[in-house]
Amino acid sequence: MPHPTSEEGKGLVGGGHGGRVARLIDSDILLSLRASGLTMVAAVIVVAMFLGAAFAPLIAPFDPFDPAKIFLSDASIPPRWQEGGDPRFLFGTDDQGRDLYSAILYGLRVSLVVGGLGVLLAAAIGITLGLVAGYLGGRVDAIIMRIADVQLTFPAILIALLIDGVVQALLRGHAREETAVPVLVISIGLSFWVQYARTIRGSTLVEKSKDYVAAARLVGLPAPVIMIRHVLPNVIGPVLVILTINLGLAIITEATLSFLGVGLPPTQPSLGTLISIGNKYLFSGDWWIVAFPGATLAILVLAVNLLGDWLRDALNPKLR
Amino acid sequence: MLAFVIRRFLQSVVVMLAVGLIAFAMFRFVGDPVNQMVGVDTPQAEVERLRAALGLNDPMLVQFGRFILNAAQLDFGISYQFRQPVTRLLAERAPATLELAFTAAGFALVVGVLMGVYSALRRDSVLARVFQAVSLVGVSLPTFLIGILLIYLFAVQLGWLPSNGRGETVTLGGWWTTGLLTRSGLRALILPAITLGLFQMTLIMRLVRAEMLEVMRTDYIKFARARGLRTRVIHFGHALKNTLVPVITIAGLQLGSIIAFAIITETVFNWPGMGLLFLKAVHNVDIPIMAAYLMLIGFLFVTINLIVDLAYGLVDPRLRIALRS
Amino acid sequence: MSIRRHWLAALAAFALSGVSAEAVTLRYANQGDLKSLDPYTLNETTANAHLGHVYEGLTSRGKDLRIGPGLAERWEVLDGAKRWVFHLRKGVKFHNGEDFTADDVIFSADRVRATGSNFQTRVPKGAKFTKIDDHTVEVLLESPNPILNAQWDTWYIMSKKWAEANNAAAPTPASATTPSHASLNTNGTGPFRIESHQPGVKTVFKVNPAWWGKKEHNLDEIIFTPIPNDATRVAALLSGEVDVIEPVPVQDIPRVNSSANAKVLAGPELRTIFLGYDQTRDELLESNVKGKNPFKDVRVRQAFNMAIDKAAIQRSVMRGLSTPSALMIAPSLFTHSKDFASPKFDPEGAKKLLAEAGYPNGFEVGMDCPNDRYVNDGPICQSIVGMLARIGVKVNLNAQPKAQYFAKVLKAGGYKTSFYLLGWTPGTFDSHNVLHDIHGCRAEGSPRGESNLGGYCNKEVDALTDRILVEADPAKRDALIKQAFEITTKEFAYVPLHQQALSWGVNLNVTLSQRADNSVLLYWATKK
Repeated sequence: MPHPTSEEGKGLVGGGHGGRVARLIDSDILLSLRASGLTMVAAVIVVAMFLGAAFAPLIAPFDPFDPAKIFLSDASIPPRWQEGGDPRFLFGTDDQGRDLYSAILYGLRVSLVVGGLGVLLAAAIGITLGLVAGYLGGRVDAIIMRIADVQLTFPAILIALLIDGVVQALLRGHAREETAVPVLVISIGLSFWVQYARTIRGSTLVEKSKDYVAAARLVGLPAPVIMIRHVLPNVIGPVLVILTINLGLAIITEATLSFLGVGLPPTQPSLGTLISIGNKYLFSGDWWIVAFPGATLAILVLAVNLLGDWLRDALNPKLR
Repeated sequence: MLAFVIRRFLQSVVVMLAVGLIAFAMFRFVGDPVNQMVGVDTPQAEVERLRAALGLNDPMLVQFGRFILNAAQLDFGISYQFRQPVTRLLAERAPATLELAFTAAGFALVVGVLMGVYSALRRDSVLARVFQAVSLVGVSLPTFLIGILLIYLFAVQLGWLPSNGRGETVTLGGWWTTGLLTRSGLRALILPAITLGLFQMTLIMRLVRAEMLEVMRTDYIKFARARGLRTRVIHFGHALKNTLVPVITIAGLQLGSIIAFAIITETVFNWPGMGLLFLKAVHNVDIPIMAAYLMLIGFLFVTINLIVDLAYGLVDPRLRIALRS
Repeated sequence: MSIRRHWLAALAAFALSGVSAEAVTLRYANQGDLKSLDPYTLNETTANAHLGHVYEGLTSRGKDLRIGPGLAERWEVLDGAKRWVFHLRKGVKFHNGEDFTADDVIFSADRVRATGSNFQTRVPKGAKFTKIDDHTVEVLLESPNPILNAQWDTWYIMSKKWAEANNAAAPTPASATTPSHASLNTNGTGPFRIESHQPGVKTVFKVNPAWWGKKEHNLDEIIFTPIPNDATRVAALLSGEVDVIEPVPVQDIPRVNSSANAKVLAGPELRTIFLGYDQTRDELLESNVKGKNPFKDVRVRQAFNMAIDKAAIQRSVMRGLSTPSALMIAPSLFTHSKDFASPKFDPEGAKKLLAEAGYPNGFEVGMDCPNDRYVNDGPICQSIVGMLARIGVKVNLNAQPKAQYFAKVLKAGGYKTSFYLLGWTPGTFDSHNVLHDIHGCRAEGSPRGESNLGGYCNKEVDALTDRILVEADPAKRDALIKQAFEITTKEFAYVPLHQQALSWGVNLNVTLSQRADNSVLLYWATKK
């Protein structure tokens, strides 16, 4: 019994079949990347941000995670070029006296780790369940898709609260600073997997009826091998695009959780935590506390999405 | 077909039960409701008495069973905080959330489709690129920040639109309150609807653009062109029509998530809907409200999914055959 | 006939509209909901203030918090404060027109002590109320209590007839399966009555023209809306959509003051924010120190007191809007406050003390902190993490929403905390409450020290506390309080941080008196 709801992701990610990953390496695509100026810019930005995050401890002038080096006397200093600015702090400081430039670099790192791992976890769960549901069909399929329905019902905030509560109960005595990142990764993973499952399941249903699968079955290959070795490479393409889009979404979700008070601890702020902190100072005139982290996040998500767009078009043979 | 419907219905019931069970398993991690119900200097004996009276000392499964038995009779209990029947509280707030959600969905659909069509037809024009980039703002900033920026600009600086609430409402048929019939109600709707719909608008715009681009390459559009039909007829009579089926499907599916996303928008704009009620309930550990809200959202998703699947069956004959078998 | 009636109605309407040319409506927004209208359901400042517009107590508190007559015109304290006689005000009517009499007082005294009431401590359990006549009530106590009526301004008197007729003779129990009439309806004697109440959305108060007192406002109507989100609340004030908000976040005060149509009323509040530490367990729940509890050593507690820069917190986190405190009670509530001073901010000295105590490299400790309860609670804790880091103490901060925080740290949760931030306003506006509730030795089955989360204990302080309760002479009483605080300060029972500030946003066309207990009382408001 097919579930056409899985068509959901289709338009977003483009139809078509075949080994699209393989085509990625095709020189045509690199050519099309160079051809589009905007995409080039986006790519450069994404690479720069990843590098900045990776080497934050080397680049950042301060360690914003070391409370002993943060002084309240430095709190709420405007950016360097503003009146009252301090040459030490390029983008100014936040309400605790943290250098915003350093905090953004470190926060980017936290956000990319949380968002990246969260999305990868979601993809891993989603791909597995989607593949199994689509390939096996029948009762297994029905159960997995109903689990997806249950999942959709719970807003990410409640999932985060639940996981956080369980982790706090299990690991009593461990600081939130240690548990917050895994908690958020799991929360985001559990909130986001349905889309992958549906997409993969939809394409798997199509692939399943193809001759090569039937051939593989005839040869007597076991189902897991067929799924992983043969079906998966043919259905994974759209997932790459969803990954790029979801990375931004995951970082935003993490920011929203901070806004609701269940995100990362303020002593180890992510980009999202910085935004939700700065959000409180929007009316007070300390605009820089929210503006720079916000701009960083917006630029990152924009660039990642542009790359996703390009990837989608590039993977879609009909558009080339 | 009937067997399919019955099977799906039974599955839906199981889904709802699972939602309830998970909800109850998580409630004790959200906090202690009793502390939120009494003043700080309340004697501990009184706190304990209250806890016992609420049945909070019972095992989780017992609490869940009690809840399900009552819920089956549509009785969701009394809110810990407001001392009112939860059913009534939710019913009072449902119109606010539904009006906001449908307005936001309408905004997302109309603007999203228009921008999507334009950027597909004039793929390389400057305006199309602007649309592409601007629409991405909707997915690159958190909703709460967008909402507060809109409030700051349009309510505080310009003073054009209200910052919070629903404005004046009119009661229809004795229970449905609507803000759509008063000037202040309509004005109050604008900012929250944009904030809530922005994300979906981006999604729809990108979807329409992608679908249009594909449809434009299909043979029958080429054929229509060859037949010498006017461009406008081709674009809107044929191409767009073919695009709209998946768009409407997704818009329908997204309606559920619009209602779920409304939690943040309602908080920022102090919109007196179910999402705000739910978020306050989370802060105050008001278990009856949380449980009822989750069941309601669960019901919503289950129903929408069911309808979508059935609709597909009706639209696509191939699937109809599959359903029969 | 019917035509004539229409005419009359039209005339009457015309005449009425002529009298009240324009109804004055004041719109007020607060961060919390008005949850239940039953005045015995929740003992909380905001709820008490809201319902104080509708209901009244036997006593009242003025703008300076001084106790004055309320529904009782005067009272006599007899037999060494064991017998009190209250003379009730005559001619007072409830909103439904019933007369207020001694029966209502006796009924309310029973109701407030009944199961389900959150105000049971307002009236001593053993107190006997007797009706002398319709307007005189005698109260007989088991033990003398010179401050019996200190909190009676918020023990609101309800109508016996109304409550009994509406099946609301008992306080609305939290476990009720049907809503109580009294939680959705009111019938008080106060200057306003509630016209409509949509919990969590909107409550409309209308002026009570038949009120007995002298009106100090010019309002016809108050519309109350809860707006929990700070930015939205401030935006609503700035755009003129509401007239009064409480609170204004401290960082937004300059913005409000610089706006063309609103200003901030600020003043010292009575709530003291402080840090506490676990001094009872033999090993802390959340620390790397095993086998012993560093906070049992007074030198460690002293070091913590010296390491925290209260002035910096006041300046940067509180933006100047707090009063650094040396004591666990607000200075306005205790006459000898000025005799106490905080230990000097001295991180080097603190380090030395830690070394002496055997922690030359400091130690690690978990800290619990609410992030949505007090003014800038999260940022305060964050800054404390930094200050303690500089004396080598690594604090693992656990900042969480209040629902989870209180579930963890309070008695019901087993006091599961090693180091925490809390705020305390003495409900009685008196030191006895502070000494009894948060300094008293904890003991199973006793209410003493139930909110003493760290378990500080000194029998000498307990003995003094008991003497303070029954001491009738104010000067002697204050001396005893001073003696008790001298002990607790010397032993560094807590780290008092500051009294947070009141911060109300008020439209420029509204004048309003601000009371230090943070009760927004709009019967003292006038609007142009």
